[in-house]
Amino acid sequence: MQTSNKISFSRRSFLKTSVLASGGMLIGFNLFNACKEDAKMPVDLSQLNYNDFNAFIKISEEGKVTIFATNPEIGQGVKTSMPMLIAEELDVLWEDVYVVQAPLDTENYRNQTAGGSQSLRRNWEPLRQTGATAKQMLVNAAAARWGVEASTCTAKQGVIINANGETIGYGDVVLEAAQLEVPEDISLKDPKDFTIIGTKTANVDIDKIITGKPLFGLDYKEAGMVYASVIRPPAFGQVLESFDATTAKRMPGVIDVITIGEKARAMLTEGRPNWSVKLSTTDKIVVVGKTIWDAIKGAKAVKTTWKTDSNLESTKEHDKKLLDLLNGNKFRTRRKDGDVEKAFAEADKVVERIYESTFLPHNTMEPMNFFANVTPEKVHLVGPTQTPEAAANAVASLLGRPIEDIHVDLTRMGGGFGRRLYNDYVIEAAEIADKIKMPVKMVSTREDDMTTGVYRPACKYKIAASIKDGKLTGYHLKEACVNGNMYGLVPNFFPAGAIANYQVDSVPLRSNITTGAWRAPYTNFLAIAEQSFFDELAEEMEVDRVQLHMDLLDNVKKNPSPKVDYSPERLQGVLQMVVEKSNYGKTTEGVYQGLSVYYCHNTHVAEVADVILDNGMPFIKKVTCAIDCGIVVNPLGALNQAKGGVLDGIGHAMYADFSFKDGVPSANNFSSYQLIRMGQTPEVDVHFAKSDIAPTGLGEPTLPPIGGAVANAIYKATGQRLYKLPFMNNLQSKEVIG
Amino acid sequence: MPTFNLKINNKAYTVEADSDTPLLWVLRDQINLIGTKYSCGIGQCGACTIHTDGIANRSCLLQVSQAEGMNITTIEGLSEYGDHPVQEAWKAIDVPQCGYCQSGQIMTAAAFLEKNTNPSSEEIRNAMNGNICRCASYRSIEEAVKVAAKKMS
Ligand code: FES
Ligand code: FES
Repeated sequence: MQTSNKISFSRRSFLKTSVLASGGMLIGFNLFNACKEDAKMPVDLSQLNYNDFNAFIKISEEGKVTIFATNPEIGQGVKTSMPMLIAEELDVLWEDVYVVQAPLDTENYRNQTAGGSQSLRRNWEPLRQTGATAKQMLVNAAAARWGVEASTCTAKQGVIINANGETIGYGDVVLEAAQLEVPEDISLKDPKDFTIIGTKTANVDIDKIITGKPLFGLDYKEAGMVYASVIRPPAFGQVLESFDATTAKRMPGVIDVITIGEKARAMLTEGRPNWSVKLSTTDKIVVVGKTIWDAIKGAKAVKTTWKTDSNLESTKEHDKKLLDLLNGNKFRTRRKDGDVEKAFAEADKVVERIYESTFLPHNTMEPMNFFANVTPEKVHLVGPTQTPEAAANAVASLLGRPIEDIHVDLTRMGGGFGRRLYNDYVIEAAEIADKIKMPVKMVSTREDDMTTGVYRPACKYKIAASIKDGKLTGYHLKEACVNGNMYGLVPNFFPAGAIANYQVDSVPLRSNITTGAWRAPYTNFLAIAEQSFFDELAEEMEVDRVQLHMDLLDNVKKNPSPKVDYSPERLQGVLQMVVEKSNYGKTTEGVYQGLSVYYCHNTHVAEVADVILDNGMPFIKKVTCAIDCGIVVNPLGALNQAKGGVLDGIGHAMYADFSFKDGVPSANNFSSYQLIRMGQTPEVDVHFAKSDIAPTGLGEPTLPPIGGAVANAIYKATGQRLYKLPFMNNLQSKEVIG
Repeated sequence: MPTFNLKINNKAYTVEADSDTPLLWVLRDQINLIGTKYSCGIGQCGACTIHTDGIANRSCLLQVSQAEGMNITTIEGLSEYGDHPVQEAWKAIDVPQCGYCQSGQIMTAAAFLEKNTNPSSEEIRNAMNGNICRCASYRSIEEAVKVAAKKMS
C-alpha cells in the first residue's frame, strides 16, 4: 500500500500503551495536548480514567478493536465517523470495531464538545495519527518476532504480512506491541487508499435504536432514583412570590416539594460565571415524585403566585425597538473595507431592504433532563449535554466541590441543535440532588422545555447595496439583534472580500429573555436575508443571478485576502454543480427555481429549490444541494445530515412562529408550534464535490442557505418577495405548502 | 392505589397506578420498557406510539385504566430479534439521526404496513404525517417504509 503525508511528530508525548490484565493491548491517547510525564496507563478496563488521556483503544488478543469514542452524540454521526478515522489508519475490518461512549471524569477531558460542526474537522489528523501509530507498533512487534526489518512488512485488515508472505494477526502480537517504544515517524494513508473512510457506514447505535434499548438521558435509571419536576416562572421578567403545596404534598406519589435557586444565585452573583450557564436566578419550586408522572402531576397541583421583577417584554415592542436601532446610529462597526458612503453617494442606484426573523425554540425531541446524585464522596451526573466539561465545572462551582469530585457520564442525546450547549438543566438537577440527598432525575415536560428555553434571538437586518454602471460598488449590512451580535463572529464570510466598499455594523437590544446558539447560530437567518437580497440585486442589475456570483467570486480570486474565510474556487464549484444538477435556468413549464449559495462552518454549499403552484399555491417539490465539505468520511451519515439540515431549514423558515407577549411565549407544545412534517417535505437531491481536502462540518451548513432558495423560488412563482419569517404567515395567500 | 392487569408483548403484568396515569409512564417507569418515548405528552408527535390490538396508538393519551384487556405491543416486542421487516429496512437505509423519534416511527410504519403492503408515496406520507422527527429524517423514513413494504408483501 502506498503511503504519503510522512510527518515527524513526537508521538511519544501523546500516546501510551499497556498490557491489560485481562489480555490485550490498551492505547491511551490525547488528541490536542501531550500526556503528562507521569501519566499512568491502567491495566484494568474498569480503571479507565480520563485524567491523563482523553480516549482509549483496546485491541484484544482476538484482534477485535474497541474504541472509546470521545464526542457526545447528538445525531450528527460523530460517534460513527470519528472511530472510522482511527479504524482506517489502524487498518482493521470495520466489522471488528466496537464503539463505546466514553464517560467524562474530570476537567481534563478536553474538547469534548459537540457544537459548531467542528468535531470531525478538529480530530481529522490526530485520530488518524493515533490509528497509524498503533498499526506501526503492531507491525514492529511482528517484525521483531520474525526477525525481519519492519519496513519489509505491511499490514491490512488486521493482518501483518512479511516479504516471505508469512502472516500474523494483530491479536497475536498485541502483548508484544504494547511493550514497544512508541514510534516517531508515522505515515498516513493517501486518501485514494482509504477503505473505510468514504464508505457508507451505518450508525453504530442502530441496533439499539431500532429495538428501543436504553440510550438516552431520559432512559437512564438507577436504584433508589426519584424524579423532579421544576416549576419555573411563566413569564420572563417574573419571579416567585409565594406558593402553596399543601395539595401536592398530600398526593401519595409526591415525596417532597422544595425550592431551589439559592445556590445558583450565589454562584452567579459571586462572580463565578460560566458561559454555558443560561440560568434564571429566581427561586424555583421542585416537586419530587416517585415516578415522572407523580412529579408532573404534583407540579400541576401546586398553587403559585409570581411577581414582576423586571420588564415583561413583547415581540411588538421588540420589533419597534429593533427597527429604531436599525435606523439609528448606535452601531458598532464589525468590518469596514473602502468607503460605502462614498460608493452610495456616487451610485446610479441604491437598493435597500429589511429582513426580519423571530425567536426560535430548539425543541429537541428529547426534552431537557439530567440525573444527579450528590454524596459526600462524589457528585455523579448522567445525561445529555453538548458541553460536559463546562457542566462539570459549573456543578463544581455551584456545590463548592473540587472538580475531582464531579463525575459525568454522557448518554446519547435526543437532538441538540445548540440547546444542550447550555447547562442550566444540569445545574438544576445538581441543586435538587444536593438538597434532597437522593439520586434524582430532573425531567422537563415539553411545555417546560418550550417556554423556558434558550432561544434563537429575534434579529433584523437592513442591507443596502449601490450599483454604478451595472456593477456592484458598495454593500452595507446593519444588524439589530436581541441580546447579541450575530454578525460579529463571521465578518469574513461572503460577500466580504468580493465588493470593494463593504461595511458591517451591529447593535444589540438587551432583553431578559434567555437567548443563545441555535443550529448554525450566526448564519441561520443571515443567509436567508443575504441570499434573498442578492436575488433582488441581480434583478435590479438585470444580470443573471449565477453570473453575478461567479463575477463577485472572480473578484476575490483576483484579490486574495486573509480577511476572507471562504474559498472562492470552492464556492464557484458548488454553484456550478448545483446549476448543472438542478438544470437551473432552463425553464421547465410550471417549475419555479430559487438559488442560494453560502459558506459557513468551513463548508461550501449551493442549493436550488423547485417550487410548483398547486391551485395557485406554492409547494416545494424538490431541493438540489451541492456540498463541498472536503473528504466525505461517511457518505451515509453525510447524506442524512445534509438532507436533515435542508428540511429543518425549510420547516423553520416556512412555519416556525414564536413570539412573546408580556414575557410569555406564544407557544408551549406542538399543538401551537408547527414543526415540519413528512407531508411537507420535498425530495432532496444531494451531491458532494469530489475532494481530498480534510473534512469540514456537515451538521449545520446545509441549513442556512435553504430559506433564501425557497424565498427566491416563491418569488418567481408568485411575484411576492418575502422579508419576514415565518414565510407562511407573510404569504399573501395563506393556505400554502403541503 | 388501584391495580391494573396489562398484557404487553405477550406477557402479563400487574401494576399499581392512579387510574389516570398515561400508559406511556407506566411502560417506562414501572415496567421498564423505555423504548417508548416521551416528547409532547399530548398526542402531537408520535414518539410514544405503541400497538393496541394491532393498531398504532399514542400511549401518552391512553390512560392505564383504558389499557386493560388490550393486546399491547411496544417496540421491544415488535420482533424477537430486532428483525421485523420495518426494523430491517430502518437499518438498511440507516434512517436514525439522533434516533429519539425512531421507535415511534417504526411502530407507526409497522401498523400501517400490516394493512397496506403496497402503499403509494402519497399513502406513506399521510400515514407517517403524525410522527415528528426533529432531525428531519423524513426522506429516509419514506424510503425505508417502501423497502419494508416490499419485504412484507
Ligand atoms: S408523546 Fe405521545 S404523541 Fe408525543
Ligand atoms: S432522528 Fe432525531 S428526532 Fe428523529
